[in-house]
Amino acid sequence: MAFDMHEDTRFGLDKKTQLLGPVQLDSGVAFAPVECAYETYGALNADKSNAILICHALTGDQYVASNHPVTGKAGWWTRMVGPGKPIDPTRHCIISINVMGSCMGSSGPASIDPITGAPYAMGFPVITIADMVRAQALLLNHLGIETLEAVVGGSMGGMQALSWAALYPDRVRSAVVIASTARHSAQNIAFHEVGRQAIMADPSWNNGAYYGHEAPTAGLAVARMAAHITYLSEAGLTEKFGRRLQNRDAKSFGFDADFQVESYLRHQGLSFVDRFDANSYLYITRAMDYFDLAEPHDGVLAKTFAGTKTRFCLISFDSDWLYPTAESRRIVHALNAAGAAASFVELSSPFGHDAFLLEAPEMNRIVDGFLRAGESR
Amino acid sequence: MTALRPDLAIIAREVSAHARILDVGCGDGLLMAALRDSKDADARGMELDARDVATAVARGLSVVQGDADTDLADYPDGSFDYAILSQTLQTTKRPDLVLDHLVRIGRQAFVSFPNFAQWRIRFAHMFGGRMPVTEQLPHRWYDTPNIHHVTIDDFRSFLDERNIRIEGQWFLSGDKPRDERFANLLAEHAVFLLRRG
Repeated sequence: MAFDMHEDTRFGLDKKTQLLGPVQLDSGVAFAPVECAYETYGALNADKSNAILICHALTGDQYVASNHPVTGKAGWWTRMVGPGKPIDPTRHCIISINVMGSCMGSSGPASIDPITGAPYAMGFPVITIADMVRAQALLLNHLGIETLEAVVGGSMGGMQALSWAALYPDRVRSAVVIASTARHSAQNIAFHEVGRQAIMADPSWNNGAYYGHEAPTAGLAVARMAAHITYLSEAGLTEKFGRRLQNRDAKSFGFDADFQVESYLRHQGLSFVDRFDANSYLYITRAMDYFDLAEPHDGVLAKTFAGTKTRFCLISFDSDWLYPTAESRRIVHALNAAGAAASFVELSSPFGHDAFLLEAPEMNRIVDGFLRAGESR
Repeated sequence: MTALRPDLAIIAREVSAHARILDVGCGDGLLMAALRDSKDADARGMELDARDVATAVARGLSVVQGDADTDLADYPDGSFDYAILSQTLQTTKRPDLVLDHLVRIGRQAFVSFPNFAQWRIRFAHMFGGRMPVTEQLPHRWYDTPNIHHVTIDDFRSFLDERNIRIEGQWFLSGDKPRDERFANLLAEHAVFLLRRG
């Protein structure tokens, strides 16, 4: 039934291709050429109706279900993607693409500008979530995939899934949007600005022109530390660390990492800089801050989805204060007003925003049922 | 398949084929699934309980977690052929506003509720001197989800005041249908089909 895809070098692990483009960016720039790094799992069926695009979060990548080339760790969403999981390579043709602006092989500030022969750095155009989606659409054209059974994403991945449904309603039959939002709030922007300022305050940043030199790792680590707090919950932090001290019996009356939570955050910051580019962090957080799906429709989100045939499934977590349930509910209200087929549930978890990446049997049950219902139609 | 509750069976029977329906307080989606499978209905649901929503979505139904008291305002007028409220009216904070939304959103609305004037309840109240606990209303005064008890006659006079037309009515004693005579005294459950006047 399925295409013989073993011969087709467009499909498989750790793929990279250069597309002619251009991508018409929201900023007005026509960006070309477009590098796309991606992975696919499973095979397209005969009528190409089983393709599922998985969109990753801010610091995620295309290694959804295979080992990360830098850290060697397992894929970031093996709980959701894999044989016997809701998104299953034995049933689906799964595609995950490193977003534009990132640093794992797709066009980003660390990529070489063909005109200068040097990294773009700050010469890379400022991009939006919609621009990321436009670049993904180019790659799907290249793969010969016209329609997606589903677009699935959590956090910034959910923003892409919503944008896919808004920009290409005829190419998306179902959208799964987890722990996400239709716009960045003032608080979201504020936290990102702290991260960006930390990077730009690092002398090594050098206005972004640090490639070939020492990278602004101290700034990037601080950015990651601040952001990481927003991915957790107070209850989760209290349960995991409390006020416990790190490898010592008493306070040091100094500025070492006395507390376990300090040590943990420092570790998160330091390990992050090994795998992520500081300029990418600037560009992607900017794209997220610019995100407001209702903006082109005078703030009326329902108009974004007017007449849509796409089915939607939204999931939020009660302890997520980064993209709280109210944001998902706002999307649901808009979808109801637009007459769209929408499902929504708030799940309970102590783990805050990160809950969507962790073991969540109820989330898997919902996504599985939602996808299968779409397949039987 | 699990047999439908008698009031739901009446609704499932009366809904016309291929209808667009909104089931408010849909539980785990049994009625929606039945309407989808037997009437090819385009069914949407709203339910407060997260576990029920998860079960309904896992069944492939379009259900949003929401509260009839606060989340009906966004649905446009006449966006469904039927809005359904089964055994939920008496649990809402403002049943009057919920009913207004129901007949606004649905071109027609099905409403079912337990009749608080049924003789066993009257009897228990009059002679027991306590809040009635019956098979039909098994909760005690402190743990009941039913915060706005209503009788068939109350409901009818409310519809009169609001200029809402009755386009069908069915009454039940246990799971047996019964006719309209003395319904307020004898029926345990009522199902009404309504339309905004």
